[in-house]
Amino acid sequence: MTAVPAETGLKASSERGRLARARLLRGLLPALSLVLVLLAIAWLNPRAISYFGFSLMLNLAIPIALATIAQMFVIAGNELDLSIGTFVGFVGCVTATWLKDAPLVGVLILLGSICVYALLGALIYLRNLPSIVVTLGMSFVWQGLAILILPKPGGKAPDWLLSLMAFKPPFIPFPIIAALLIAAVVHFGLMRTSYGVILRGSGGNAAALSRAGWSLLKTKVMLFALAGLFGVLSGMALIGITTSADANIGNGYTLLAIAGVILGGGEFVGGRISPIGAVIGALTLALAASPLLTFMHIPPDWQVAANGAILIIVLAARVLISRRER
Amino acid sequence: MASLRLLLAKPWIWSFIGALLVWLATIAFTGGYGGGGMITAALSLAVFTVIVGVGQMFVITLGPGNVDLSLPANIGLASAVAMKVMDGNDSMIVVGLLAALACGMAIGAANYLLIWALRIPPIIATLSASFIIQSIDISYGRGLQIKPPPGFASFTNWQILGIPVLAILTVLFSIGAAIALQRMIYGRSVLAIGQNIRAAWLAGVNVGRIRFLTYTLSGALGGLDGALLAGYFRGANVDIGNEYLLACIAVVVIGGTSVAGGKANVPGVWGAALFLVLLLTMLNTFGVSAGVRLLLTGLIIVGVITAAGGQKALR
Repeated sequence: MTAVPAETGLKASSERGRLARARLLRGLLPALSLVLVLLAIAWLNPRAISYFGFSLMLNLAIPIALATIAQMFVIAGNELDLSIGTFVGFVGCVTATWLKDAPLVGVLILLGSICVYALLGALIYLRNLPSIVVTLGMSFVWQGLAILILPKPGGKAPDWLLSLMAFKPPFIPFPIIAALLIAAVVHFGLMRTSYGVILRGSGGNAAALSRAGWSLLKTKVMLFALAGLFGVLSGMALIGITTSADANIGNGYTLLAIAGVILGGGEFVGGRISPIGAVIGALTLALAASPLLTFMHIPPDWQVAANGAILIIVLAARVLISRRER
Repeated sequence: MASLRLLLAKPWIWSFIGALLVWLATIAFTGGYGGGGMITAALSLAVFTVIVGVGQMFVITLGPGNVDLSLPANIGLASAVAMKVMDGNDSMIVVGLLAALACGMAIGAANYLLIWALRIPPIIATLSASFIIQSIDISYGRGLQIKPPPGFASFTNWQILGIPVLAILTVLFSIGAAIALQRMIYGRSVLAIGQNIRAAWLAGVNVGRIRFLTYTLSGALGGLDGALLAGYFRGANVDIGNEYLLACIAVVVIGGTSVAGGKANVPGVWGAALFLVLLLTMLNTFGVSAGVRLLLTGLIIVGVITAAGGQKALR
């Protein structure tokens, strides 16, 4: 008599345990793929695994991680930003010119551009526009402005930015500390605060959120403003590393940022995103993009292909694991 | 009056009005000079955007997240394949076109294989595939300097009474695509999947087969476009398709196709393609710098989409 419920209870709990394990594994997957890439690098070139090696290999990971976080905010609200790459380029051009020569004007321009992002969010919500097209149009706007500011490559990063990006803390390379910091701050803000839940909820179930009395206009404006803020940070970090700017410097970041979010376990719809995963995804992409391929002695012709292949392999692994979740 | 209101309610009419306004603005600027030539040039350039745009339209109609980002790489590789097979030889034109089509179809099928087997979101799958295709193109087309066969080059530039023959053929093709979309089981299935993939599946639509066909179709059109571009611009090039990455998405959406899927519009693709090409011509005629041209292009795209308003769109 008592054996039956006990057995079903056991079954249910083992089922739950299996699901929890699969979910944990899925959450760990971005980290696993990063470890895999690191192991491959260590195996191919043990000397790269050092303070100096990491500082060098992960140098460009900071702006990529920041741009990925910016894209993640937009994806959290079920939108997509196709302009983040050219926006990073625009910010870079402002940083290398106005921010150095007339800091006050530079700061105002950058704040203004964040406001433009916020207004775009409002426009997309109020007129119910497809964000893909609006941001596609904006990508031309940012690129045009960047070319107007800096017609040919040049400019110079402000000194304080240069010394910040060249910071050499003891024991742990700066890019790793920066990545941890970015991940921790965004994770806390988006995953642990009550308004963070509301923001993600606007992607998960907008109708329910609006019936509960929350303004969807505000959440959309907030998500886009945050994307703008992190886009600005990404552009500044990039110029801090490269020291000078070029109007096309950020163009590759649009697709890189989308790939980073997805690699980090985010999904295009439903507000399912992970800040820590996104940062890890960006690091994986940054490492897989060039250091790994250089160490593998892949001829330049096939480096892009290897990049695509790595993306496919990681995502395939994710599918194998999430299939067990169902 | 009622018919006018009916016409204005069509989502594709705005892109044609936009194209007309841009053309009138340019004519006003030049004082009526070169208006006809401008239309001829716009028609011959719009053709290439329309061909890939129609392919992209079918893909986007499949529903949220469906988009083919591999088209630019596809165009690049197919242009190289077509030129290599034709080898400057008039008798090989048809074989070269078929080879480019086959190359594009193989890419489309490979895209769907990735999406189906690995359950990767189509954006990422086609993006990763485009990296691989790009590498193949770089290594296959290295140092490729084969001119198109003279017959093929003059065919792509052939005009009758100022109207490019390629444009006439593409109009016929668009009519075919519109019939396939609205009146054939294939097109209705694409629309059904875009509206509700689960409902379509329950209604007995073979979802997998239709999606496979759609990605293959998009790939094939990319391949055809590559061959034609190589003929028109007198040679293959790795970067020949780059500008079509954004252009083919833009014409689909400006043309009134819903990004949320399930609602497609063929005439709008033509209107939007003409609009974009004429816009570029207008800004060039005004003699503005590259920066201002990009800035205005962007602002006008945002303005047009804001004025036309969005329908129910998930993103």
